[in-house]
Amino acid sequence: MNFLTNLISGLSLGSVYAIIALGYTMVYGISKMLNFAHGDVIMIGGYMSFVMTQYVGMNGWLALLVAIVVCTVLGILIERLAYRPLRGTGSLAVLITAIGVSYFLQNMALLIWGANPKMFTSLFKGMSPIHAAGGQLTITPESLFTIAANIVIMIVLTLFVSKTKAGKAMRAVSEDNGAAQLMGINVNQSISLTFAIGSGLAAVAGVLMCSAYPVLMPTTGAMPGIKAFTAAVFGGIGSIPGAMIGGLILGIIEIFSRAYISTELSDAIVFACLIIVLLVKPTGLLGKKVSEKV
Amino acid sequence: MAERLLKNISTRGLKNAVKGSEYRREAAISYAILIIGFIVLQAGAAAGMIGHNLQGQFVPICCYISLAVSLNLVVGISGELSLGHAGFMAVGAFSGILMSRIMGFHMSFEPAIIITSMLFAAFMAAVAGFIIGIPILGLRGDYLAIVTLAFGEIIRNIMNVLYFGLDDGKLRFAFNHTIDGLDNNERIITGAIGATGTKTMASFTWGLLLCLFTVFVVLNIKNSKQGRAIMSIRDNRIAAESIGLDVRKYKLMAFVISAALAGMAGCLFGLNYSTLVPLKFNFNTSVLILVFVVLGGVGNIWGGIIAAAVLTILPETFRQFADYRMLTYAVVLILVMIFTYNPAINARVKSVVNKIKIKKPGGKDKKTGKEAA
Repeated sequence: MNFLTNLISGLSLGSVYAIIALGYTMVYGISKMLNFAHGDVIMIGGYMSFVMTQYVGMNGWLALLVAIVVCTVLGILIERLAYRPLRGTGSLAVLITAIGVSYFLQNMALLIWGANPKMFTSLFKGMSPIHAAGGQLTITPESLFTIAANIVIMIVLTLFVSKTKAGKAMRAVSEDNGAAQLMGINVNQSISLTFAIGSGLAAVAGVLMCSAYPVLMPTTGAMPGIKAFTAAVFGGIGSIPGAMIGGLILGIIEIFSRAYISTELSDAIVFACLIIVLLVKPTGLLGKKVSEKV
Repeated sequence: MAERLLKNISTRGLKNAVKGSEYRREAAISYAILIIGFIVLQAGAAAGMIGHNLQGQFVPICCYISLAVSLNLVVGISGELSLGHAGFMAVGAFSGILMSRIMGFHMSFEPAIIITSMLFAAFMAAVAGFIIGIPILGLRGDYLAIVTLAFGEIIRNIMNVLYFGLDDGKLRFAFNHTIDGLDNNERIITGAIGATGTKTMASFTWGLLLCLFTVFVVLNIKNSKQGRAIMSIRDNRIAAESIGLDVRKYKLMAFVISAALAGMAGCLFGLNYSTLVPLKFNFNTSVLILVFVVLGGVGNIWGGIIAAAVLTILPETFRQFADYRMLTYAVVLILVMIFTYNPAINARVKSVVNKIKIKKPGGKDKKTGKEAA
């Protein structure tokens, strides 16, 4: 039963990683950049929800909606102001800019909300955990909703990308920017839309994560951001199902190594698994192999 | 034959090979900046013009300069993005501290202790670089970046569970559990608490020597046959491979040497503090060093030196604006990147510069640094 409990919390943590990893993987797919500020958008999402429930007195679900809207706008603004001027200038310049944006968001949060950790009230407060197998197995509502949210998001997003016009435009831009433009696709709009979706999802991930691990600080988003980035690479960066599989596997590995090996070494084990996967499959589990042209 | 072809395909390498003066100029500027900076800061400190806080930053500044120059070997000269430089710094810091404590038990001649510790730190960091370098060589671009990030985090995590102690001159070691029966002054490294009771031997002079040594090594590699091979692989991997260059060997070489130099810098950094936590060597420190390299101009050695010094001194000087200084730092970082790399702004700046140059007769077009790798 211990095994099952661990498996469920692993799946729950993995679902959070998967939702964050989606933002990384979609942005990487369309603009070939490592958006290191993505982790901090999660943190902003968490704080927005916190402010709305604690100071404004909103219902948790309404606050989630506000957080999604704020993060979506934030994502579009970041892309417009910081990344668009540097489009097509090589990955190093954009990477450093993304790090600058990450510092900016963290220090902004530090100025507004201070360094003291805030205790986040769970979105699912008042719901009682489900007991199964004669009380031996406990499933928290946080775990249940996070896993469910992950599945719903994954289905909706896959349908969106494969069926709708905007989704097809996004795929076309990520395949070949220039050719897509020649076919009359508004590249700027497609990239903005990608950032908007990614950042909105980051807000969802932020609230879900803070519901399960209720400590909110300006640096809250940093480590999950890096882990989710790892998950995206693990599954093959640029691939949506890859992000989901990568996130889930990573979450399970992390919880199991915490439970059975060592708490301190759990991160090291997660990263070691990433390296092993990349050694065997250099483009991740579901990544496309791109052959180099001479 | 290969060497001749190599010169042809690598235009930048060719330029450097033919223009020995280019190399001498870069070397002269780098050494001059280091020595003049040292003298100015020393004089300022002696005259009481430099505050106590900033004086405490002298050795770290030297370490960061050295780290920036050594990272430039990977990012600028070898053209690979590394996000785990702080990992090698950590290996160097903790192995250096360990060696200094062991030697300090038997002798008290500090220069010998520092030099041996640094060499040991360089060796250990080089071993780490070799172990990490082998698997990453097959990877390209962003995948390589994430693997270096992962290795940096792994090293830091392992440091969190390492325990070393010196029991009557005998070295004791434990992994993932504390050592029993040791006094506080017998503990050297205690897991997440880090190194405690280190005798702080580092001084500004040692810092200068470290910087000079690092610059000497990196500049000489840049101007050697091996350096040109590394740069030709950066410029066109397939072409370099096709004329028989061993891509793996040269990439590994750059990586290992860079790691060893980072280890030495880490050692001096470690010997500057009586206590040092592994958390110091996290992803943020790796990023900080990368920022020095990029703002100084990728591949430009003296640019990195200035960036490392200025970006360590400035936040320290503006400490009274504590709340806003990091926010300003972030905004400045973003703006500098946009103004340096945005094609439209760049073209405008160039046209203005050209107009000024036309007015000055005989103004030679000196292009230094600022070349996107």
